[in-house]
Amino acid sequence: MRINRKEAWQSFLLVAPSVALIAVFVYGFIGWTARVSLSEWKGLLPDYTWAGFSNFAELLADPRFMIDVRNTVLFTVFFVGGSLALGLGLAICLDQGLRGEGIFRAIYLFPMALSFIVTGVVWRWLMNPAMGSRLSGLNLLFHNLGLDFLINEWHTTPFWGIIAIALPAVWQMSGFCVAMYLAGLRAIPDELIESARVDGASEFQVYSTIVLPILRPVTFSSMIILGHMSLKVFDLIMAVGGKQIPLDVPAMYMWQVTFEGLFYGKGAAIGLLLLLSVAVLIIPYIIYTLRGETEL
Amino acid sequence: MSRKHRYGFYIPLLAGAVFYLLPVYVMLVTGFKGFEEVSLKTMWDLPTTLHVDNFVEAFNKLSPYLMNSLNMVLPTAVIAAVLGSLNGYVLAKWKFKGADIIFPLILFGIFIPYQSVLIPLVELMRSINLYGGLPGLMLAHVIYGIPITTLTFRNYYATIPKDILEAAKMDGAGILGIYWYIMRPLSVTTFVVVLIWQFTQAWNDFLFAVVLTNPANWPITVALNNIAGSQVIAWNLQMAGSLLAALPTLIIYIFLGQYFVRGMMAGALK
Repeated sequence: MRINRKEAWQSFLLVAPSVALIAVFVYGFIGWTARVSLSEWKGLLPDYTWAGFSNFAELLADPRFMIDVRNTVLFTVFFVGGSLALGLGLAICLDQGLRGEGIFRAIYLFPMALSFIVTGVVWRWLMNPAMGSRLSGLNLLFHNLGLDFLINEWHTTPFWGIIAIALPAVWQMSGFCVAMYLAGLRAIPDELIESARVDGASEFQVYSTIVLPILRPVTFSSMIILGHMSLKVFDLIMAVGGKQIPLDVPAMYMWQVTFEGLFYGKGAAIGLLLLLSVAVLIIPYIIYTLRGETEL
Repeated sequence: MSRKHRYGFYIPLLAGAVFYLLPVYVMLVTGFKGFEEVSLKTMWDLPTTLHVDNFVEAFNKLSPYLMNSLNMVLPTAVIAAVLGSLNGYVLAKWKFKGADIIFPLILFGIFIPYQSVLIPLVELMRSINLYGGLPGLMLAHVIYGIPITTLTFRNYYATIPKDILEAAKMDGAGILGIYWYIMRPLSVTTFVVVLIWQFTQAWNDFLFAVVLTNPANWPITVALNNIAGSQVIAWNLQMAGSLLAALPTLIIYIFLGQYFVRGMMAGALK
């Protein structure tokens, strides 16, 4: 729609308050954080003495930060991979048009309405690592079902513990993938699938050569959304494991080093590195999504 | 495929349902057991008699924090929705010069890790005396809620044909008139979607709350995490408390699930 000068001003004034708030609280604050990350600020009082990139250099040589990076990678792979696989599998089952579909869908998606704290508190007891006579939670269930080989130490397993945290994360977020894939599946014209079947394609071929390639953009979007959540994970780990170095992630380190340790410079540097990793994922995604929009 | 074949899909569907409901089962059976019956050894057993002691006790402990959450979340959701609606309207239909640059810059705000703004946020709240209380937390939720509410409304308003606006303009309606008499009534559903989403997000938030509020003003998530970390509070109370903390958003989901899902999908941008 063509708009004249007066309308342009009026419309700008309508968004101006929000634009100003975002400019200050998002971009201004990121700039401020960047300045803190280049300072020597330790302790309660602000200290903007120039420190160059020393906070970043310290982090790269910091064994705890290396654990964080490793944990983030492991968590991301299992959380995103698990959610996508479970989401696609259940969406395909839901798409068969069976009775009770609505109820199943409602059950798969409800954890999305909960907070990571609630999820974490409950799973903390489900993943109770106590052994022997103190067996409880899922381990006890496995034992009662005769599946003793599944009994494990969950998040207290040395080195691999972070993978156990991906389980409640998948529990909470896979519903998102179910919904995304189901919407994607419903958008595929039936004739396309039918004609492939008429041509003699097996069910497996139908899915691997037609359905999955069509769903690629859905997979891509889900990966980006879950992937960026995974980089920011904090509440869930707090609620399941508390503050433990083996389960440490950048967001936890940032919080502890800043608000408990008062190493503001270092905390700001972690925050900025987190932002950078999210930006690498999200900025191309925003550009990709907004390109090719048409105005009605 | 034949009908008979398709019934096989019930097996994974049911297995999935068991996976998602397992934690709820534990929450419920634990919550309804009497204190003397609660034991980690019998975690999976059904209660022999129905008790509500756990819920009463958990409620007594947590009710101030539940009230904090409620007081904070309701105005937050409304203000963020109103601002998002105005932004979405302008950015969809009145694209002044620069609007196409402003929109992606606002969108990025949905995804930023809040760790990259926390230090300035705390410093600012301290300097304007909003640190520690609920108003500061509300301010943070409103501001960082603007990007997603703007996006959801903009995507909806973009689907309204511009002929309607042109016609209204011919009849002499201005920007605000068109918003008030045409766009606002058309977007009632989107308001529901956005309000539900903001309510859920703010209710479930932990990071802003743990950084910005002092113990008297803790919302439920921080209080729940605190009792979960304590050694003196029994696990049965933690379970009952988790259910109480989940109840408001769960009720919304049960009754208004389709709107909730639309809000959730909006975050995927398309």
